[in-house]
Amino acid sequence: MSADQRLASEITGSAGIESDMFKRKDIAHLLIHHDNVVGMHAVDGLEIKTKKIKDGVKIDLRLKEGTTVKNPVQMCFGMMPKKGLQHIVLNAVIEKDAHINILAHCTFPNAIDVKHVMDAELTLEENASYKYYERHVHSDKGGVQVIPKAKIHVGKHARYITDFELLKGRVGLIDIDYETTCEEKSTLEMNARINATHEDKVKIREIGHLNGAHSRGVLLSRVAVRDQAEAEVYSELTASAPYARGHVDCKEIVQDDGIVSAIPIVKVNHPKAHITHEASLGSVDSKQLQTLMARGLSEDDATDLIIQGLLK
Amino acid sequence: MGLLEVKNLSLHINGKHILRDVTLDVWRGHIHALVGTNGAGKSTLASAIMGLEGYREVTGKIYFKGERIDDLSIDQRAQKGITFGWQEPARYEGISVNDFVGAGISNDENDKEAIIADALQQVGMKPDDYLTRAVDETLSGGERKKIELASIIAMNPPFIMLDEPDSGIDVATLERMADAIKLLKERGTTVLLITHSLAVMRQADHAFLMCDGQIIEKNTADKIIPYFEQNCIPCNHKNKPDIERAREAIE
Ligand SMILES: Nc1ncnc2c1ncn2[C@@H]1O[C@H](COP(=O)(O)OP(=O)(O)OP(=O)(O)O)[C@@H](O)[C@H]1O
Ligand SMILES: [Mg+2]
Repeated sequence: MSADQRLASEITGSAGIESDMFKRKDIAHLLIHHDNVVGMHAVDGLEIKTKKIKDGVKIDLRLKEGTTVKNPVQMCFGMMPKKGLQHIVLNAVIEKDAHINILAHCTFPNAIDVKHVMDAELTLEENASYKYYERHVHSDKGGVQVIPKAKIHVGKHARYITDFELLKGRVGLIDIDYETTCEEKSTLEMNARINATHEDKVKIREIGHLNGAHSRGVLLSRVAVRDQAEAEVYSELTASAPYARGHVDCKEIVQDDGIVSAIPIVKVNHPKAHITHEASLGSVDSKQLQTLMARGLSEDDATDLIIQGLLK
Repeated sequence: MGLLEVKNLSLHINGKHILRDVTLDVWRGHIHALVGTNGAGKSTLASAIMGLEGYREVTGKIYFKGERIDDLSIDQRAQKGITFGWQEPARYEGISVNDFVGAGISNDENDKEAIIADALQQVGMKPDDYLTRAVDETLSGGERKKIELASIIAMNPPFIMLDEPDSGIDVATLERMADAIKLLKERGTTVLLITHSLAVMRQADHAFLMCDGQIIEKNTADKIIPYFEQNCIPCNHKNKPDIERAREAIE
């Protein structure tokens, strides 16, 4: 086994991905350890170019017009060492009528002081779709800083869905900053589900501009905070065209000495546009809790079940 | 001795006297109806028996299987064998029907799946259609109500209180729900049905008639029902309850 192969199997193993996945010709993949591409495979219509940069990799991804990538593209960004910086620059263009799902695994299983910075720029052309599921596996030490920034342009009729989830380990620091512009009849869905403990800090900044007529946008965040953890969710959604419809939905559950805040900003610049906003902060819903307790669950077990559901 | 004994239970909420000196016995293995018009205090009494938030500061005593339970938390009361089905059940996010219905099944039970499937079937729901769905706002009010009952059937405690089990349920399903309740009785479960529906009352052996936070009369269901129909429904809290007159009329 070469050094690259060894790193590839280490990062994918720690992310819990089956290694068979990377032997298949019909599944595209891109595996990056620190600043090193340790595995890559593209499928028809998908072009992936990479370039080493300081402490990271620049990726240019292009999906050709009319291509539908059948199986989710497996990406894995990882750092096995305890310390270091990983900087990923991603430029993606999904051409007209092209469709892709990406499953990005970010894994920092030994982190004591690891910083993962992502700078992404995405363009979805007319009628394209892009689903990006980002799954994180961190160490239990809390020494990870995850700083993803993305600017997304969603063209006419196009559909952009992103889902951020921390599956295992501690948050450390997560500072998400996504800004999306939507054209006519396009769809935007941004979901973040994070469970913070100890001294973790979560910052979510999500901005959507519904500029096109009939565009739709949902900004959804679910954060559970316990111990001394803190979370701040800033959601901004603007609707500036007829029949643009949007919804901001933020739930943050606090236990112990956790602190949460939510700053929703909803703006409507057109009389035929419509935005709704819903936020709930604090303890778990008391009726939900009491129902489960009336089935014999302890308060802690009932709370855990409710939070698990929320983060699912 | 009753399975559940309530003795001189009173409750004030924000200075308002809501339960007034309630005393009753619930008999093991029987179906009881707690009957009264809107606002009589039925849900409040059940909430106090379950120990729900806001309904715990009672005076008087509640015994279950001869043990005082009025100081216990909700989950402790549930572990002793009491549960409660809400008039309007809570909705969740991300909790599946499978996990919700299975929540009250003991961890020592090794055939959880079969119990969950059986409970859903008893309320007329096909397990395959529902198990993986979330118990959230995508379920209709009636479906949510049935799942609440299924979760109670799966838990299988000795004493069950159901608050308006028929509300939001269509006619065809009502029969199924009635069958499910009959089956509970066959299993030996003690049931308290909270209701102002005559159809539900008719399923009961015994009935407690409640008005203005008081128990006006306890008797067999077939004696309480006509009185309720002829007197309580037309009155609907216009007059103060006259316990003596009611007792005479019922007897
Ligand atoms: N938390 C509360 N705060 C103030 N008043 C309350 C509270 N809970 C109940 N009440 C009052 O107590 C009275 C009895 O209410 P309860 O819900 O027990 O009636 P019910 O018999 O269940 O009626 P329904 O058939 O409408 O469900 C009502 O007047 C109600 O407004
Ligand atoms: Mg009621």
